[in-house]
Amino acid sequence: MTPWTSPRAALVAALAAALCLGAASDPAERLPDPAQEARAREIFREVRCLVCQNESIDDSDAELARDLRMIVREQVKAGRSEGEIKRFLTDRYGEFVLLAPSFSAGNLVLWIGPFLVVLAGAALLLKRLRARAPEPELDAEEAERLDRLMQGDDR
Amino acid sequence: MIAEAGAFALVLALALSVVQVGLSAAGRLRRSPALAGAGEGAALAAFGANAVAFMALMYAFVVSDFSVQNVAANSHSAKPLLYRVAGTWGSHEGSMLLWCLALTGFGAAVAGLGRDLPRGLRAVTVATQGALGVVFLAYTVFASNPLARLAEPPAEGRSLNPLLQDPALAVHPPFLYAGYVGLSVVFSLAVAALVEGRVDAAWSRWVRPWTLAAWSMLTVGIALGSFWAYYELGWGGWWFWDPVENASFMPWLIATALLHSAIVTEKRGALAGWTVFLALAGFSFSMLGAFLVRSGVLTSVHAFAVDPTRGVLLLIILGVTAGLGFSLFAWRAPGLPRGGLFAPISRESALVLNNILLAAATATVLLGTLYPLIREAMTGEAISVGPPYFNLTFAPLMTGLMILLPAGPLLAWKRGDARGVVQRLWAALLIAAAAGALTLALVSPRHLLGALGVAMGAWLIAGAVAEILERTRAFRAPAAESWRRFTGLPRGAWGMTLAHLGLGVFVLGAVFETTWKSEAAEALPLGGSVNAGGYEVRLDDVRPVAGPNYDADRGALTVTRAGREICRVAPERRLYTAGGQTTTEVGLCYQGLSHVYVVLGERRGDPASPTFLVRAYWNPWASLIFLGPALMATGGLVSLSDRRLRLGVGRRREPAT
Repeated sequence: MTPWTSPRAALVAALAAALCLGAASDPAERLPDPAQEARAREIFREVRCLVCQNESIDDSDAELARDLRMIVREQVKAGRSEGEIKRFLTDRYGEFVLLAPSFSAGNLVLWIGPFLVVLAGAALLLKRLRARAPEPELDAEEAERLDRLMQGDDR
Repeated sequence: MIAEAGAFALVLALALSVVQVGLSAAGRLRRSPALAGAGEGAALAAFGANAVAFMALMYAFVVSDFSVQNVAANSHSAKPLLYRVAGTWGSHEGSMLLWCLALTGFGAAVAGLGRDLPRGLRAVTVATQGALGVVFLAYTVFASNPLARLAEPPAEGRSLNPLLQDPALAVHPPFLYAGYVGLSVVFSLAVAALVEGRVDAAWSRWVRPWTLAAWSMLTVGIALGSFWAYYELGWGGWWFWDPVENASFMPWLIATALLHSAIVTEKRGALAGWTVFLALAGFSFSMLGAFLVRSGVLTSVHAFAVDPTRGVLLLIILGVTAGLGFSLFAWRAPGLPRGGLFAPISRESALVLNNILLAAATATVLLGTLYPLIREAMTGEAISVGPPYFNLTFAPLMTGLMILLPAGPLLAWKRGDARGVVQRLWAALLIAAAAGALTLALVSPRHLLGALGVAMGAWLIAGAVAEILERTRAFRAPAAESWRRFTGLPRGAWGMTLAHLGLGVFVLGAVFETTWKSEAAEALPLGGSVNAGGYEVRLDDVRPVAGPNYDADRGALTVTRAGREICRVAPERRLYTAGGQTTTEVGLCYQGLSHVYVVLGERRGDPASPTFLVRAYWNPWASLIFLGPALMATGGLVSLSDRRLRLGVGRRREPAT
């Protein structure tokens, strides 16, 4: 490897980006039944193109994405449900293939983390609201002095 | 010769930053204005030297001096001038140099503009800013020198990634980096406040303009990047929850929270500790972003300049800098004043809720970005966190925030009047409901969630307008009185209204585009047409054209609606000869706020009668997605021009120490 910023990684990234052209809409791949096609497209958006970076198979034009689209379309055509198709894919490729992580114990932190922050914040706010610091009332003379000071400050 | 002068200037900038730290710190310790003043001089000089180094690199790019390693790796003599200039920050080394330039530039700005800061606070701020400069300049000089020479220069360079050869992306990094690094000033001010043990209204007033400036730049930078993705990547997406996008979004969320909490600290003396915490967090997230993008830990579509070995160094910088900042916070923050009390229904409470939701949103983005890495490192199991996750977590948090938003500015400090707020907002509520109902009735296909989204956008816009009407007592006071109030509104108020309005505009655009976009693709022979969203796109001709550094197929397409010609577009499919990459140039046809978006795909069929894959998208109200952030950034700049936020006003109220 040259000391230059690894050009291969940059090239791969560039190709991955250049090739994603909303690939799934290619008429050559389409299912004849528009309702089934729409269902397939919906599933595509939740399935990751495994060799691309953070792209769904709906967007990617990579070879593998094309194969995955074919699998999904065939299964949609055979009348399988979304859950069945996703299970088929995760059995084959692992959870990595789904863009939405599952609601499993391993992902507990991921799913409840944000809402824990809200709860913690709300608890702190409540504590702050309950706080009662002594805030003595001003007597008449002090109030008058404060008034004078405020007016002087405003000049 | 010029490259050597630049390299020397860079080392000089590092040395001057060291001097800046030493003199400013000594000036604070000995309470010597002369030493502190010399420290400020060093800050200005460090910026000057850094600017010389930057200009030297830019010169090497402009004249295509391929004996400079960085130029040879990232430029090409056939590249247009704009992209040769932009090549200066197109690589890892160059972008780190831009980062340092911004860092020393903000250091110089504090030294030059901070005359009215109390002396002690100013000296510590300049010293901290100098220390940040030392760290990043040392990294640049020793681990990522952009001006290193090659012993045997090649005859031609390797060219900049063609996807990056685009006007929006050429100016995207400078805005983004100005925003990222602008938060360094806030970081330094927070460190100084902790060292000096003073976090008060005056301090918050100094923090706000810097945060506003950084936030505005960041908004523009992110929006430019998003716009680029929209028209360059060729499928009309504008936000992907890509880790690199997230890296820039987290500092933005924190800066947004900081803008709001600093108001509470300024006006009411409350939340001092939290405001300091956010001030430290902002630049920490900037550094985290630099680490994520530059280290290659997340290889993504956008990580064009990736180098894992340097990642470790950047991680150490992040860990040490943020670690020291937060340790100082843990040590000194308990001594900070608690500030005034407030009722559950009050402006303070509303702003605290804003901060809770923004903090939770940041946590969502952080978890979504880092959790897959952590889980894979710990268990070896790889998972993906994509848009579906953020739709289920980020979106509800933001929805909560936006429901509350219009009420916030109408609430009084300390103890608000909930019924009064509802009375003032009923018209906005009615408008929002009407907008939602109309959408449900008129826009097909019918979509409940989309209609609710439109109602939300209308709620934000109407709420922002209601706030201005309330301030001017429009329709309640005589017209002359309202006009007087209207013209007398401080710029800060206008800035806030514009920013909130911009959010509403963005929501409208995002909801409309996402819900009702339509797409069609066909392999068309010449003369064939495809229909998207009621627009007919006819392929008239495709002919080869030669660009300065690419060859392209350029289509000629006519967009018609009900037989009437609307516009002609000329999308291209380019092959960059230097690197062999293919890119698309989208044909965009603006229809009011909406776009007909046309992409020319590959050539198919036999050469005698070829067909071309043409994709057409109807993206309704897509312009609002980018207009919204533009309004928000404008709001930031308008606020920045407010007299009360000008640097130095604090002195009249606060005696100098």
